[in-house]
Amino acid sequence: MTKDFPLYRLHPGQNGIVTRLSAEGLTRRRLLDLGLVVGTVVESIRKSPLGDPIAYGIRGAVIALRKEESSQVFVRAKNS
Amino acid sequence: MGQSASELDFGNIMQIVRNTSHDGEEKIRDRIVSNIYARAEELAERVVTKSQTRNLDRTIDNILTSPILGFPIMLLLLGVVFWLTIQGANVPSSMLAEGLFWVEDRLTDLFMYLHVPTWLDGVLIHGMYRTFAWVVSVMLPPMAIFFPIFTLLEDLGYLPRVAFNLDKLFKKSGAHGKQSLTMSMGFGCNAAGVIACRIIDSPRERLIAVITNNFVPCNGRFPTLILIASIFMGGLAASTYSSAVATSVVVGLVLTGIAVTLLVSWTLSKTLLRGIPSSFTLELPPYRKPQIGQVLVRSLLDRTIYVLGRAIVVAIPAGIITWILANIHIGDMSVIAYVANSLDPFASLLGLDGIILLAFILGLPANEIVLPIMFMAYLSEGAMLELESLSVIRDLFVSNGWTWLTALNVMLFSLLHWPCGTTLWTIHQETKSSRWTILSFLIPTVIAVGVCFLTTQLVNLLGIL
Repeated sequence: MTKDFPLYRLHPGQNGIVTRLSAEGLTRRRLLDLGLVVGTVVESIRKSPLGDPIAYGIRGAVIALRKEESSQVFVRAKNS
Repeated sequence: MGQSASELDFGNIMQIVRNTSHDGEEKIRDRIVSNIYARAEELAERVVTKSQTRNLDRTIDNILTSPILGFPIMLLLLGVVFWLTIQGANVPSSMLAEGLFWVEDRLTDLFMYLHVPTWLDGVLIHGMYRTFAWVVSVMLPPMAIFFPIFTLLEDLGYLPRVAFNLDKLFKKSGAHGKQSLTMSMGFGCNAAGVIACRIIDSPRERLIAVITNNFVPCNGRFPTLILIASIFMGGLAASTYSSAVATSVVVGLVLTGIAVTLLVSWTLSKTLLRGIPSSFTLELPPYRKPQIGQVLVRSLLDRTIYVLGRAIVVAIPAGIITWILANIHIGDMSVIAYVANSLDPFASLLGLDGIILLAFILGLPANEIVLPIMFMAYLSEGAMLELESLSVIRDLFVSNGWTWLTALNVMLFSLLHWPCGTTLWTIHQETKSSRWTILSFLIPTVIAVGVCFLTTQLVNLLGIL
């Protein structure tokens, strides 16, 4: 298995598969509620004009996450 | 899964829960959510068919939130909204003014016919009716244009894109990402913007959003800004460009307001409300085709009529009081002139005059009545100008010593000064704290005084007037 890395390092246009969440408490629950459970495919869609937040395609919805949150989600690259 | 709850003994479940460590609790939660999503995925796979509209959304987002075009498009849209408002409000405003003042003349005729005493005629016609007529003719047209356009943008789903574009600035200011949404609400009405701050969970960030909401001009202040920008700044340019110039002035003011919002948020989060931004996720919902009919009805009835109604309710008593103050004399000076004179030395430091400052103070219940109070106070003092059309307003101001610097300072003061009475009351309701309510009054007031003072002194120093 290739090494996982924080979600924000996923390049726009790439897909990743969630491997784990390092967040705890309320933030973890928020991220889970968005559907970021292990095995979920996430697409990095685009950066905001100022570089942060980044919009992700998660289960058909477009959700923008700040770096503070997306650094607590780990993914591995998905070869599609 | 697989085993329904009824098959398990309730006591057993409670036993398992009690034995679960904190770590285990998180794991259980993870498993519950994973299972829910797995099931949902399975169901969705079976029954949902995907359409192609999402690709169109992506294309639109590529343009609206692009690194190069994102900000220029926001500015352009802001400009277009104001340009349409300024351009469109002109003619109906003067038509309304003409119509309402024609009615005033007929009322005067009627009162003379009925031999109504002069003072009653003054209170009712020059005080009450005139203020009402000014408020309606100055405010109704811009609102009836601005509100529908703004509601349209809201309905399309553009506001979350604005939040997406601006979020980094708010993060840097230590503010919550949702503050750009509550700020946008403030364009309609600051009291509504303050109530909208409920969507922010963290108390620290909610307070920042509440205190700074006032720095975007609400609809009670837009007509003031638009009118002064049109007659003063627009008047400086050739007539073909005048509404373009007026538009850029209003856009510039709005940007100034946003800059002050960020600056004050930043200062608060470094001092009184120290802390780091809490976690934030923002959905960029699919674009929707707005329901034009509903937009019109909602923005005209719910917003325009509501705000105008509130303005009229406040304007009528304010008109009566102002007229009385302008017509009761102490020695050979009216009460208004007396108060205005005593405010004059301070006001002139800010590039304003006593009457302007007094109008802002009397306008505390609602910003809509600031201009009408100024008109009335000037009219009662100087020669009785017949203020029958909006074009005469400029002459009235100029004959009372206004320059472009006065106009600029009035606009800056209007943008930055204390929140209106309704907003302050709402802040108290929302924060349940007199301390934060007082601060919400003091912070903008100090900033407005400071900015006008610096502007005036700088212009005087450079001698560019």
